Amino acid sequence: MHELSITQSMVELCEQNAGGRRVISVTMEIGELSGMVPDAVEFCFDACSRDTLLDGARLIIERIPGRGRCGCGAESPLSSYFDPCPVCGGFGLTVIAGEELRVRELEVE
Amino acid sequence: MCTTCGCSTTETHEQSHSDGGHHHHSHELNLPRQRHGHDHDTRIIAIESDILAKNNRLASGNRALFREKGIFTLNLVSSPGSGKTSLLERTLTDLRNSCRSAVIEGDQQTSNDADRIAATGVPVQQINTGSGCHLDAHMVSHALEQFELEGLELLFVENVGNLVCPAAFDLGEDHKVVVLSVTEGEDKPLKYPQMFHNSTVMLLNKVDLLPYLEFDVDSCLEMARRVNPEIIIFQLSARTGQGMEEWYGWLKEQQRLKAGTRD
Repeated sequence: MHELSITQSMVELCEQNAGGRRVISVTMEIGELSGMVPDAVEFCFDACSRDTLLDGARLIIERIPGRGRCGCGAESPLSSYFDPCPVCGGFGLTVIAGEELRVRELEVE
Repeated sequence: MCTTCGCSTTETHEQSHSDGGHHHHSHELNLPRQRHGHDHDTRIIAIESDILAKNNRLASGNRALFREKGIFTLNLVSSPGSGKTSLLERTLTDLRNSCRSAVIEGDQQTSNDADRIAATGVPVQQINTGSGCHLDAHMVSHALEQFELEGLELLFVENVGNLVCPAAFDLGEDHKVVVLSVTEGEDKPLKYPQMFHNSTVMLLNKVDLLPYLEFDVDSCLEMARRVNPEIIIFQLSARTGQGMEEWYGWLKEQQRLKAGTRD
């Protein structure tokens, strides 16, 4: 349940950037390969945001699809770390997208 | 008032909320105001920050300290019961005369593992995470304050037994070392790919039990390499000592290289 501590860090990061204003919505990016479960983040967010500037704020989660680059040069969608390259069948693709765990922006009063 | 987002509109926008309460209605985020047809008089603050940035910053601090002191640091991760502590006890005992080591033990509760390590004569600090499922760089930096770092050559951080959460948290280590025992399923690398992907070394432990089990070693190694083709694998038994010399050889070589790059 590392979603709890990560959501706490997220709330902390937002509070530092909100300039004392009440937060209406938070947009965050969670990559498909980040190991974070969006439902768990939503669940934790209710608890972590209580009595903060984010209390009652909407959480908008954008899923970033995984994408990998193979040694053969091909780029392909990557839904797990063990997906083979669809062109040459090789493993160990370099992840170029999908590990994101970011706060993109806040909507404040 | 809109009961979903709490805004004070009198205008209806039920259609936007018709997704079963998941609340994904778009606020057209590039516009500063007048979204979904009514004026919130709000503003957008771009953050564009990694949520783990604070942990990563603290981990970089730990890493700089290790580099300055020439301490080769490993973060041991595994599911509970894979034999991490037994493996450490044996490793510390066998390397007693060749390396100066220390250990940070992470567990939710008790100092049982730290007591076992202390019995080997090696300095140890226990971190109890309470309900926490992983160690983070901040906890490690405080544990480091309790050690005499000068002259230290090897630091083992035994993480909380958990193949999921510790994968996301950099502690400042040189490498993550994942321990998998043959009493577990051989498909663990595929079930917990992030951990095996993020580890440099895999220790396949308890191989002395293979004659009594149906564990398919080749299949396990193949799955680990599918997730991480570069992973270095040692097959060993902390109980009988089988395969431990190869592990020690790697440790000593890496420690020597680390000491050579000391700031």
